[in-house]
Amino acid sequence: MELARRYRDEGADELVFYDITASPEGRSVDRRWVSEVASVLDIPFCVAGGIRSIADAEEVLNFGADKISVNSPALQDPGLINELARRFGTQCVVIGIDSFESGGEYQVYQYTGDPDRTRDSGRRTSDWVREVQLRGAGEVVLNCMNQDGVREGYDIEQLTRVRRLCNVPLIASGGAGSAMHFADVFRKAAVDGALAASVFHKRILGIPALKDYLHDQGIEVRR
Amino acid sequence: MSAGSPATRVVIIDSGGANIASLRYALARLGHQSRLSSDPDEISGATHVILPGVGAAAAAMEQLRSRGLDQLIPRLTRPLLGICLGMQLLFEHSAEDDARCLGILPGGAGRLPGGSGLPVPHMGWNQLELCASSPLFNGVSSGDWCYFVHSYAVPVAPATLATSTYGIRFSAVAGQANFFGTQFHPERSGVTGARILANFLALD
Repeated sequence: MELARRYRDEGADELVFYDITASPEGRSVDRRWVSEVASVLDIPFCVAGGIRSIADAEEVLNFGADKISVNSPALQDPGLINELARRFGTQCVVIGIDSFESGGEYQVYQYTGDPDRTRDSGRRTSDWVREVQLRGAGEVVLNCMNQDGVREGYDIEQLTRVRRLCNVPLIASGGAGSAMHFADVFRKAAVDGALAASVFHKRILGIPALKDYLHDQGIEVRR
Repeated sequence: MSAGSPATRVVIIDSGGANIASLRYALARLGHQSRLSSDPDEISGATHVILPGVGAAAAAMEQLRSRGLDQLIPRLTRPLLGICLGMQLLFEHSAEDDARCLGILPGGAGRLPGGSGLPVPHMGWNQLELCASSPLFNGVSSGDWCYFVHSYAVPVAPATLATSTYGIRFSAVAGQANFFGTQFHPERSGVTGARILANFLALD
């Protein structure tokens, strides 16, 4: 809650809450928590974590989320994307993709919230990016696992490739460590947004300073 | 009048299916409780009426017609704010399902053209360009950012008070007499959105 307030006040453009252990633990995100956060936020709020059905999604939206992000359950049942888009509109449906590079191939991974259950879903990232758009995804968050948590920069090469396949908003995730990394990913990979967690949580980078830097670099940002 | 004035009775019109939790939270942050209702008497008795809307124009109009609200709303004399689809419904028609709307404001909504690098629905933060003075704009300036989620938009029309641009220039805020609308979601548009909501709630 404290983080939600802080990011709101610092000028974050959207808040995404990932309950990453929800899917591997077979549960979905805490509704009461969703409503508490939604009640203090005045920016878009996206919620992810174990949303497996229309009923789950409806509840999370009724408790104040603006969008739902689905990752593992969509891999399990791709038809869920169509159903969610039909029921709530594509603008509500964000698809999170955890992509891992090994031997020059990008593969989609599942249940990444639990190291013991994380596994290759058997899908190529490029195929899945195309498929989710056809099924009604309104936005794609590509989490580049090889970069995730190391704060050495976004995976520009992979994001650039996916950008060519992705006609809906594409959000970069994984690897942010400095303001320069944000400028790079906007400029070189032409993503619509950049997501970061630890760099903000640990106060390595402040959002106002980041936005001032991006503005000075000629990148249009809300300040 | 203070923001926490107990004198307001804010009613949000229930047009079915719209997700209004974030709107109610935003009103609560400004010190106003609100009720969700499709009851004509309750709507008529409100000091401020909000017409939200997510979904499709024809379905929302059908919901309003089923309660006779398509007749009631144009006759309201208290301030009314349509949000997103709710703003489009104030106009004469929408290209979405070729729907006939409330006809309070002249003009209608068309589909956003989109194009390369401009996916539809348009989702994101865009800047306002104020083009008329309005009590809704106290403390609001051209260049302020608001959050949009929409596939249809009303081109610049006589009632346009502010525009925004996404491929085309469209009405971001419209208003005439006691009827106002915002294409963006003020409840999710940070400080600017909160100011516009507060300005609306301060209208007498």
